[in-house]
Amino acid sequence: MLRYILWRIAAMVPTLLIISALVFTIIELPPGDYFESYVSEIKAQGEGVDMEQIEALRKEYGFDQPAALRYVYWLGGMLKGDFGYSFEYELPVSAVVGDRLWLTILVSFVTIIFTWLIAFPIGIYSATHQYSWGDYGLSLMGLIGIAIPNFMLALILMYFANIWFGISIGHLMDQKYLAEPMSWAKAKSILEHIWIPVIIVGAAGTAGMIRRLRANLLDELQKQYVVTARAKGLSPMRTLVKYPLRMALNFFISDIGSILPAIISGAEITAIVLSLETTGPMLIKALQSQDMYLAGSFLMFLAFLTVIGVLISDIALAILDPRIRLQGRSTK
Amino acid sequence: MTSFLPAPGEPLPHYVSTAPFDPYSVEAMTDEQVRVNQASQLRLMWWKFRRHRLALASGIFLAVLYLSIVASEFLAPYNLHTRNMDYIYAPPQAVHLFHEGKFVGPFVYGRTMTLDMDTLKRNYTDDTKDVQRLRFFCRGDSYRFWGLFDSNVHLVCPAEGGQAFFLGTDRLGRDVLSRIIYGARISLTIGLLGITVSFVLGIVIGGLAGYHGGVFDLIVQRVIEVLQSIPSIPLWLSLAAIMPATWSPILIYLAITIILGLLDWTGLARAVRSKLLALREEDYVLAAQLMGAKSSRIIGRHLVPGFMSHLIATATISIPGMILGETALSFLGLGLRPPITSWGILLTEAKSVSVIAFYPWLLFPTIPVILVILAFNFLGDGLRDAADPYK
Repeated sequence: MLRYILWRIAAMVPTLLIISALVFTIIELPPGDYFESYVSEIKAQGEGVDMEQIEALRKEYGFDQPAALRYVYWLGGMLKGDFGYSFEYELPVSAVVGDRLWLTILVSFVTIIFTWLIAFPIGIYSATHQYSWGDYGLSLMGLIGIAIPNFMLALILMYFANIWFGISIGHLMDQKYLAEPMSWAKAKSILEHIWIPVIIVGAAGTAGMIRRLRANLLDELQKQYVVTARAKGLSPMRTLVKYPLRMALNFFISDIGSILPAIISGAEITAIVLSLETTGPMLIKALQSQDMYLAGSFLMFLAFLTVIGVLISDIALAILDPRIRLQGRSTK
Repeated sequence: MTSFLPAPGEPLPHYVSTAPFDPYSVEAMTDEQVRVNQASQLRLMWWKFRRHRLALASGIFLAVLYLSIVASEFLAPYNLHTRNMDYIYAPPQAVHLFHEGKFVGPFVYGRTMTLDMDTLKRNYTDDTKDVQRLRFFCRGDSYRFWGLFDSNVHLVCPAEGGQAFFLGTDRLGRDVLSRIIYGARISLTIGLLGITVSFVLGIVIGGLAGYHGGVFDLIVQRVIEVLQSIPSIPLWLSLAAIMPATWSPILIYLAITIILGLLDWTGLARAVRSKLLALREEDYVLAAQLMGAKSSRIIGRHLVPGFMSHLIATATISIPGMILGETALSFLGLGLRPPITSWGILLTEAKSVSVIAFYPWLLFPTIPVILVILAFNFLGDGLRDAADPYK
């Protein structure tokens, strides 16, 4: 088991290296750099610019050096926990990002739990009642969940929450808690706000998971061992819970790998529409103003989150399913 | 009682049936079987596909939509850019058939607008005296058909001097229905162009990786894994954000299709690769190699056509993702920009909750988006089943 986990962690390293190279290329792609857009912005306001100071800043952050060298510096810095400097906020990136990372993780995590809680019973129901009205209805709902754009769902929910419950949603907590440290009141406020983004982000992922769970479980239900178990007099419920469901459970955990990127994607867009205090809105602003270290760190972080999520699902799967754990060893 | 049987010992009469005899009659196939046996692959697929009612209906629906973009100017009652300053934020007008119990054909009631001086909200009321019959194949707003020649013929127009906004108007008094019809042009083609990019990339890269294997295959495998593990929207956002603001709308449109395609080829490449890994061991590949065919010819001429139908089915299923991607990018202001009109651009009008509260008809563009995505999903399912007609 330990060997498998170690091997799996080692396999992450090249993946993360390629991702970092990709991210660096993307943030390097636009012509010019932050200072150029900064200078032109100040000039547009009709003020003078101290070019010497700009040049000094350029030098300090290594903008006069070739891109490859800067990539190495950036990578080295990240390994030491130094994510660079945000020019827009004039603060180190780690200070700007702060809470937002945790809130993004929180939203993604709660969304996955929500996805499971919804998809699991519905998937089982759909598979055991194939071609019933319930199955058709739930499948249709799932398809609509896939088809409706995240941001539209966000807007519509915002509107109805306003009409029906009289609350204005958006944001992840009451504004007065924004700068405060974590407290019970703040946690409560977050809990009150988090369910809307979770529903919105989870809609597409849940629908996809229901579809896949249903297909998987249907395959299992047609197998011989189910017939045998039934023929021996096991009640339908027990048969289902004892064998096919356990098989489908494995798939359930491995499916994190495929829904996590989608959830994080959806969370970004939803966060922008609902102005949540997560990474989304800041990422867009950083991208637009070419605040490259900030944008790069966000992208890196999101990719890292996915990779870690997949890692956790792989390890959980290995614990659950000995076939994966023992893969490659002699079978005796 | 006399027996029909000859008496015992009596010689049997000689008898030969004159009916023609076909010794293969037992093995002969019925007409139906002959038809199935001689049908081409394509025909079999069509038969199988036809049985999938929902997929067939979706296919027809999409075909109609794609045909409509050929003649958007004609189908839309108004020009894309016509501003009716007297009818800003006008709600949708219902089409009636009967006026005071009498049949008069499709018509709308005239409108009077009053401005609420407290809230500055425009209130429109139907004037039930004023019957405005719709005209068909009529002359209305002028337009340049595909930028080629001027015309002003429309499928349906409001009565002379009247207005007919079936889905209401936006903040500049532009007809929402017309804008949706025009928007289909961009929104529907962006998915097709994007899928073409990813199709080419997927076949070339997946083909080379699967056919040659080795180091190239290893690298491609890694890259695919990485691309699939990165959340796509942030990546799209970053690629879209780096486009210079000075580019022309058309250039941006092309760039967006390429961005959407660049990140989508991984699934196709995987499918191609795994198929080729199995197929490259076949004898006909060896024969082609011995005859000196280049690998590009073997892949393109001999291998890929064998599972083209699967690839098309796979591609169909990934078109909705692209349409949604474009919508999202445009909505966030990082995608297309006006004057290009797509469904995503139309939805940017409905960006705030207050707009939804006061002018909910601005949400109408969501409906075609949802319908098109559902239709592509059903069509893809049907095609995937039909791609393997012998199953």
